[in-house]
Amino acid sequence: MSVVAEDRATGGDPAGPGGAPLLGLRGISKHFGAVHALNHVDLDVPAGQITALVGDNGAGKSTLIKAISGIWAPSGGQITWDGAPVDIRTPKEADQLGIATVYQDLALCDNLDIVQNMFLGHEALSHRLLDETRMELTAKQTLADLSVTTVQSVRQLVGSLSGGQRQSVAVARAVMRDARLVIMDEPTAALGVSQTAQVLELIKTLGARGIAVIVISHNLNDVFEVADRLAVLYLGRLVSSGPIAEYDPQRAVELITTGRSADDPPDTRPDTTDAEG
Amino acid sequence: MALDEDQTGPASARPQTSDVPGTASAEPDTDTELDVIADVPELSGSLGEYARALAKNIRSGESGVLPVLGGLILLVIIFQVQDSVFLSAGNLVNLLVQGSVFVLLGMAEIWVLVLGEIDLSVGYVAGIGGTVAAILSTTHGLPWYVAIAGGMVTTGVIGAAWGTLVIRLRLPSFVVTLAGLLGMEGVLLYLVNANGTGGTIRITDSVLIDLANGNLSVAAGWILMIAAVVVFGGVTFLRDRHRRVSGLVAPPVAISILKFAGMAVAGVVLVLVCNANRGVLIPVQGVPYVVLIVLGFLALWSFLLGRTRFGRYLYAIGNNAEAARRAGISLGWNKLWAFTLTGLTSGVAGIVYASRLGSISNNIDGGTLVLYAVASAVIGGASLFGGRGKMVYALLGGLVIATIYNGMGLLGLAASYQYMVTALVLLAAVTIDSLARRGRSAD
Repeated sequence: MSVVAEDRATGGDPAGPGGAPLLGLRGISKHFGAVHALNHVDLDVPAGQITALVGDNGAGKSTLIKAISGIWAPSGGQITWDGAPVDIRTPKEADQLGIATVYQDLALCDNLDIVQNMFLGHEALSHRLLDETRMELTAKQTLADLSVTTVQSVRQLVGSLSGGQRQSVAVARAVMRDARLVIMDEPTAALGVSQTAQVLELIKTLGARGIAVIVISHNLNDVFEVADRLAVLYLGRLVSSGPIAEYDPQRAVELITTGRSADDPPDTRPDTTDAEG
Repeated sequence: MALDEDQTGPASARPQTSDVPGTASAEPDTDTELDVIADVPELSGSLGEYARALAKNIRSGESGVLPVLGGLILLVIIFQVQDSVFLSAGNLVNLLVQGSVFVLLGMAEIWVLVLGEIDLSVGYVAGIGGTVAAILSTTHGLPWYVAIAGGMVTTGVIGAAWGTLVIRLRLPSFVVTLAGLLGMEGVLLYLVNANGTGGTIRITDSVLIDLANGNLSVAAGWILMIAAVVVFGGVTFLRDRHRRVSGLVAPPVAISILKFAGMAVAGVVLVLVCNANRGVLIPVQGVPYVVLIVLGFLALWSFLLGRTRFGRYLYAIGNNAEAARRAGISLGWNKLWAFTLTGLTSGVAGIVYASRLGSISNNIDGGTLVLYAVASAVIGGASLFGGRGKMVYALLGGLVIATIYNGMGLLGLAASYQYMVTALVLLAAVTIDSLARRGRSAD
């Protein structure tokens, strides 16, 4: 815990608020027919920081991350990566940029062990055969780097793991493939207390390693525990975003449920410029 | 997933129980297979920890091949007590030859079962393989290798056709191959009636006849066995050592040596049994070629399923196709190859079948054969829900069925009993598996 905190303080953000954000969204819109699921969303996601994306059901959180991860192209707007404009049309293109999405269902194979799952689709080969030793060593190293210590053996079947451990495996898989942005959809939903703590710790470790993280969560306790930045969606609009210090749970709840907050000056429209506080 | 259908069985750690002659043929490759899959559960340095890890696996439902092995031994004991001829060299070799078709068909079925698909046509597709080989050899006078290749290519293409229908049109494999079962019976009837006489095509080529009826020389049997044990034992030993050197948990050295010794003992027993003179008037001895064919395919297919990306992808697709797709795995190509290999392996079984009978006839019971094929795989421990199955399962399951078939024949019991007993064994196999799994989920 303290180690992680130190890391975050010292080496946390290579491209912090000063430089160009790793991922930038400018005026991203998405409509399905007449329904505007996303309406001119501007958001910066800096490396080494954890951005919590919150909002009520139907606020557009899933639509937004699907646009970032290439599931569907936005109807309008521009995505920038390292300051340069990019088009992300397919999951594969997102993958090549270094964007890894950990969906709620995790997409793990229960009948395969941890190593096999972590390398699924990208197995290491030697002489055209599976190089189990190399894969196992790499998997162990990655898990150790992420301080995942709860699994007894990397040769355990994923089906025998707890929810938190499964989440760890899914994240480790993304990190092992050199992801620079990890998007996590409800990583702590359906997890018990200690499992949740495990996953939150893991998320902090990702940030400390300079990886940008977007976390979707309904749980404000979790959000305030891990997030460096907060972004609130309300009916497809980004109504507020900024460093977590600018928010408290009360204000966050107001923003989520009404799209505005009593703390906001009455004449300002909801912040869409992602101005720093 | 909800069914918790996992895994490929643990048991690289299985202790050697090889010295029962009835299972001898199983042993050399059982071990290879288990290692080939590299299915090393939580292993650790000392022998005691190793045994504890093994016991834990069994308790948690990962008993691997232990139940079927136990069942096989039990059957052997029952039949031996009832009729002392059972364990004679002549009968054991006969049993191995009888079982070869079941084992080959079971292995054919494993390819698609791992995917969570099924192929109901393997019986008649096998018949087509035998028929094409017989036509090429007898009717057209082509050399044996052309006949064999022709049979295998034909059945491989048929398998690929089923695969294409399943993948492209998204039809359920059950229905596609049910149609295949009916259609291929028709094709078989047509081919045999058009090319044979009196509803059969005789096989005259001596090599084709020898596939299931010929034997290696005594010396060749020993040499091949020793070579196989040295190669497989050596590979096992080297891999275990490689793991240890790399700092990974590996089975203790004693286990490596024990595996090697078990393999050697099993090989020696197999060759001793086969090399004993089992002729009545003239001496007949030697390891049947068909044993080599079965073990060869077992090794090759196990290797493909356990040590290559292709095999890994089949397990992934069988358990969670969506996860496999998101990992960038081509569902179509991998499934297509699996169906093709099912067809091709069925063809081999059909050629062996035709060789054993010396002919292929239009009354081959492909319907029963496919049921035995599925039963072999399932008795061995494969799951019909996909994601779990190994080639060695078909070997053990096929041997169980052959043992029942052979033993009840020795006792002079009618076919009716044989079917009923096979049914009970099948039920027992899935029950044991299901109970074991329940034990695990309660963990």
